[in-house]
Amino acid sequence: MSEKKYAVEIEDLVVEFKTDDGIVKALNGVDLKIEEGKTLGLVGETGAGKTTTGLSILRLVPSPPGKIVSGTIKLNGESIFEKPEEEMRKLRGKAVSMIFQDPMTSLNPVMTVEEQIAEVIELHEDINHSGAIQKAKEMLELVGIPGERGTEYPHQFSGGMKQRVVIAIALACSPSLLIADEPTTALDVTIQAQVLEMMKDLRNRLNTSMLMITHDLGIVAEICDTVSVIYGGRVIEHGSLDDVFNNTRHPYTEGLFRSLPNLDDRTSKLKPIKGLMPDPINLPEGCTFYPRCDYAMEICKTVKPSKVYRNDEHYVECHLYDENSVKEGGKIGK
Amino acid sequence: MSEVLLDVQGLKKYFPTKRGLLHAVDDVTFTIEKGKTLGVVGESGCGKSTTGRAILRLLEPTGGSVLFEGEDVAKLNPSQLRHKRKEMQIIFQDPFSSLNPRKTVSQTIEEPLQLHHVIEDKTERMQKVLEVMETVGLAERYVNTYPHELDGGRRQRIGIARALALDPKFIVCDEPVSALDVSIQAQILNLMNDIQESHGLTYMFITHDLSVVNHFSDDIAVMYLGKLIEKAPSEVLFSNPVHPYTQALLSAIPIPKVGGPKKERILLKGEITSPINPKPVCRFANRCAYATDRCRSEEPQLKEIETGHFVSCFLTD
Repeated sequence: MSEKKYAVEIEDLVVEFKTDDGIVKALNGVDLKIEEGKTLGLVGETGAGKTTTGLSILRLVPSPPGKIVSGTIKLNGESIFEKPEEEMRKLRGKAVSMIFQDPMTSLNPVMTVEEQIAEVIELHEDINHSGAIQKAKEMLELVGIPGERGTEYPHQFSGGMKQRVVIAIALACSPSLLIADEPTTALDVTIQAQVLEMMKDLRNRLNTSMLMITHDLGIVAEICDTVSVIYGGRVIEHGSLDDVFNNTRHPYTEGLFRSLPNLDDRTSKLKPIKGLMPDPINLPEGCTFYPRCDYAMEICKTVKPSKVYRNDEHYVECHLYDENSVKEGGKIGK
Repeated sequence: MSEVLLDVQGLKKYFPTKRGLLHAVDDVTFTIEKGKTLGVVGESGCGKSTTGRAILRLLEPTGGSVLFEGEDVAKLNPSQLRHKRKEMQIIFQDPFSSLNPRKTVSQTIEEPLQLHHVIEDKTERMQKVLEVMETVGLAERYVNTYPHELDGGRRQRIGIARALALDPKFIVCDEPVSALDVSIQAQILNLMNDIQESHGLTYMFITHDLSVVNHFSDDIAVMYLGKLIEKAPSEVLFSNPVHPYTQALLSAIPIPKVGGPKKERILLKGEITSPINPKPVCRFANRCAYATDRCRSEEPQLKEIETGHFVSCFLTD
């Protein structure tokens, strides 16, 4: 079998933000890989570092106050940190593009939607304005909006339609990697279902690799191939869908599943994770999850857990496991 | 036979707009029994929040009656209404904008007690504040903190404490957990459940999150463009949804499970009809796979197809 090719490889990424209150440690050594043509779900709660990870790939972390302290990011095998800004600008929107969370604020209210799509195309491709507009209309059709509506302004569209426009902009130059930051959070479920269905279809047709940033495990189950669970700026568990959903190892991942209402058994009581996310200015010294963990031990307070692999893909950062017990499932599996 | 606390009959709320009357809530009828929870679901713009607000008369209803323990809230004069409000409270969606940033936790919770002259003595009032804070799981040390110092989960606890301070009988919960992270959301839902049991509260629980509503409610009402289109006990609605919109809505929930049988997803086509000056036809007809000529010329009425299961669709004829 040939060597696996990765659309993006992030190793040990550390990102900090300087604030008046101290240094916010947003990412503390994130590792992340997406195989070409695959979709990775990055799951976590507010402040876990999901969006910062996405922005780092585009080198769009606002600086100051943000700073990439260490680590490497490779896009299609090439490191992006050595690239001059001008080259980066050529990559953005072309090789990698991002769908932002809120369709209401990520469109320009005083530009027609076809102009906004054409802008990206003109920037990256050798094409005249009318050609770009023509292509913009095709993009609109692709995401299920009649081309003639291209001359309308964002406020004339519903929320779901606006998000389709944002997706059309992101896909306009057929990027090889698409970063989708909570693309359906602002949408209603029936519209969400339509948008997800469309994204799946486009991904399959264009063979786009995708980073799906979300807090919704239901969406992950639906669309992703692999999952990384992020907490306190580190990926604490990673594996294939089946690994993470059916052979859950990390107590935090387990906690996330237990917090969700079960549709099949409505009487079961929710088991929330106790406490709150740690303050990223003042992260616990050992495992960042230990103050909320039901299984916390002495060692968790002082020593950061390292990766324990269950198989080639699936790993967990937790002191509950060693190479043998991680295969059986340890305390959580029971 | 259990006692009906709230009986809403033909509730209407229209908003005048430049292009005509916007029918936000159109002829909605339902009851909630004492100590039970009615979940109201639907997508943005379907009128679920407006219904909640019109019941409390935070918005003046355009028509219909709201019988609360037999008394029509819609006909109360301002002073009677103020008196009634002690018994009917609301928890708002956004714990960030629904609290006064210049008031401390204790001032926020104390305010309704002052306004309604429930407890005039200051020390006694503080006693009550602390008691409510304990009920909602807010540590006493937060008494003098301001909302901006607290996270979303704690802020929502303040919102709940404020609603509880007056010992109401009925609370409209307008998307109380949608702004919160899942692990915090579960904490708040459990808290609201516990309070309901200990205080014998009746809830109207408005949400767009169907797995939450299933977990939380005894009955569920589904709204679409100002109309109540289906209402049934939760397990009936989830096992046997009858209205095509309810079916599509339930099939659209992403299930956090891998493996096992995949369920058939019903994708809706077409855009939502305008709620401004709607024609007297089925409002779901142009997105409905089963729509007939009758649906486009006549308006279906809510009918009881089995005990407690109401549907408004011609397919049931």
